[in-house]
Amino acid sequence: MLANRKLILAHFWLAFGVFGVALTLGAWQMFIRSPIGTWLSNPELYYRSLTAHGTVMGYVFPTLVAMGFGYAISESALEQRLVGVRWAWTGFWLIVIGSIMAVIPIALGRASVLYTFYPPLIGNVFYYLGVVLVVVGSWIWVALMSINLRVWRKAHPGAPVPLAMFANVAGSYLWAWTAVGAALELLLQIIPVAAGLKNTIDAGLARVFFSWTLHAIVYFWLVPTYIAYYTLVPRAIGGRIYSDTMARISFILFLVVAMPIGMHHTFADPQVGAGFKFIHSAFTALVALPTLLTVFTICASIEIAARLRGGRGLFGWIRALPWDNPMLLALAFSFVMLGFGGAGGLINMSYQLDASIHNTQWITGHFHLIFGGAIVIMYFAIAYDLWPHLTGRELIDVRLIRTQLWLWFIGMIVTTFPWHWVGILGMPRRMAYFDFGDPAIAPQALSVTFSAIGGFILLTSGILFLVVLARGMRAPQADAGPYRFALAVHQPTTVPVALNTYALWVALMIGLTLTNYGYPIVTLALTEGTSVPAVYVGAQ
Amino acid sequence: MSVEETHENGSASAEVAARVERRWATIAVIIIVAMALLAAFAGIHRATMPQPRVETTDPSRIHLSGEFVESNLGSVLEANGNVTVRAIGQQYSFTPACIVVPVDTPITLRATSADVVHGILVQGTNINTMLVPGYVSEQLMRFTRTGDYLMPCQEFCSFGHEGMWGKVRVIDKTEFADRAKGGGRLSCVGQ
Repeated sequence: MLANRKLILAHFWLAFGVFGVALTLGAWQMFIRSPIGTWLSNPELYYRSLTAHGTVMGYVFPTLVAMGFGYAISESALEQRLVGVRWAWTGFWLIVIGSIMAVIPIALGRASVLYTFYPPLIGNVFYYLGVVLVVVGSWIWVALMSINLRVWRKAHPGAPVPLAMFANVAGSYLWAWTAVGAALELLLQIIPVAAGLKNTIDAGLARVFFSWTLHAIVYFWLVPTYIAYYTLVPRAIGGRIYSDTMARISFILFLVVAMPIGMHHTFADPQVGAGFKFIHSAFTALVALPTLLTVFTICASIEIAARLRGGRGLFGWIRALPWDNPMLLALAFSFVMLGFGGAGGLINMSYQLDASIHNTQWITGHFHLIFGGAIVIMYFAIAYDLWPHLTGRELIDVRLIRTQLWLWFIGMIVTTFPWHWVGILGMPRRMAYFDFGDPAIAPQALSVTFSAIGGFILLTSGILFLVVLARGMRAPQADAGPYRFALAVHQPTTVPVALNTYALWVALMIGLTLTNYGYPIVTLALTEGTSVPAVYVGAQ
Repeated sequence: MSVEETHENGSASAEVAARVERRWATIAVIIIVAMALLAAFAGIHRATMPQPRVETTDPSRIHLSGEFVESNLGSVLEANGNVTVRAIGQQYSFTPACIVVPVDTPITLRATSADVVHGILVQGTNINTMLVPGYVSEQLMRFTRTGDYLMPCQEFCSFGHEGMWGKVRVIDKTEFADRAKGGGRLSCVGQ
């Protein structure tokens, strides 16, 4: 039984609450920039809304889900009470305070710099300080995950760390290190300017710092989803993990190769030389590997479940799967979206192919498909799976849950496919409106309309999700028993040290980051005359 | 079932697993290599390449001296028949707002930003580069058909971003040579 249910519920409710707000803003944005809702004459409101949407969806929502899920994993997989509960609450409140601190300047229109900051555009200093507090709060969680594992190791010398916890701690280390890039940008560059201590900033260097965070952060968002793939799905449908080793290798690969790849976001930038762009492109190709390994291992794992249920034939077993099980439904949708989004990602990271779609609506389509689609739909599944254990009540709305998942999947496809299409046509992203009267832009009007409709389907699904959770808080009481994770076909009794500890991999992660970022950062920092005057948002 | 049998079954199934895993790993590697080859093809055959060199320029002085002074912006026909285009982006327009270039000619675009981060994207082509203040962006281009192309700013540059649209007008080679005769910098103005 989970001992700190209140702590975990607090994280999840805050996460899904702010998610609901940001989702509403997102749907509104798509509506007013489409031909069906061109009544908004003030684009400034659009960018406020976009900043809030991005900041919440990028920093607050996934971080809180990872933290809440992490605490649940720590307690249930290790079967020990969480150590440092008071610190955990401190981290939670830091995030609450940070979020409020950031949201006020956004609402006042003083921080419309979107979640990627865009120096030399400089917003109100409290926006950045708020983001810093959110990150600091999450670092407390990183430390707690590490400490809890250490306590467990002392009690179980040499025993294999349960897979869920092994992955959870790998994800927390990945986050701790990837957040350093944006932290350096904020602390060394942006905050001094925002606070008025300096009035120039090196925008090129800032973009390189941010790219350090910008790609690996996606893998941090992804880790809870992958933990659910490996350790929740097979259990929920009566199967087994095909290979415990493969799972560990996948998480380690994420830890090592997710970090030194962010410069593929600067392929079209003038401040990074071609050599490092190529190296980062090659490393990004490598990071496709753990995902491909996971797709294989998970498909094999659910095949085991299907064959245990009497499934036969090369593909006939697919019919034997329990398709009315929400966890399986979420997994199937997640995989389809991961497939399309991942294929798009391979194009984005390809040094030359990127030029055709760089910074177009294609990119928006790509990351909404991966993050909003493949990842978030598993966050829903995680919440549904954990809820009875957190509330001590049964989730009875299974039909509603299925409808919600279907709507999310359909909504995501209807939203993102047209975005990919107009991206290929060259529609730039992050625009408050388009002149659909221009004959060159008019043909894109239909696609943008479809996206807006998709946005409202997603909003409907999001509302249903919150309704299911809220109703779950008042359902009849039922003991859900202990929270369990899937077992492997060959459950490990001993695991090689390299697959049971992190020292080697963290060293590799840091080493690769330093070699792939060190030289460009030092050169840029030493280049004279690249600091440019800051442009303050909202200044007259 | 004896202990030995279980063990044998276990190692047999482990072997099957290892074989299937190897196959899948091969497929995964093939996918990645195929993407790399596609990228190499685009790079070598279509000469699509990110900018190789890093050049800097002071945005607070570009209006006063150097290659981005206003009188030097626009298209110029070089002695070797190539064309160089110089442009700047600023909140919320490009200068020149309409770039004129000849068809079927190697063109070098050199551009920078006077204030915040902007981007240049020419619709219907893979011409796509960022303008970061303090740095010079260089992009090689070549158009195979004449006509007007929209050139939006593709990077958020604050509240007027959605209004920042430029244009590229690709004209006949001889017409361009005619207009370039008098020397000076060309834009769509006067056309």
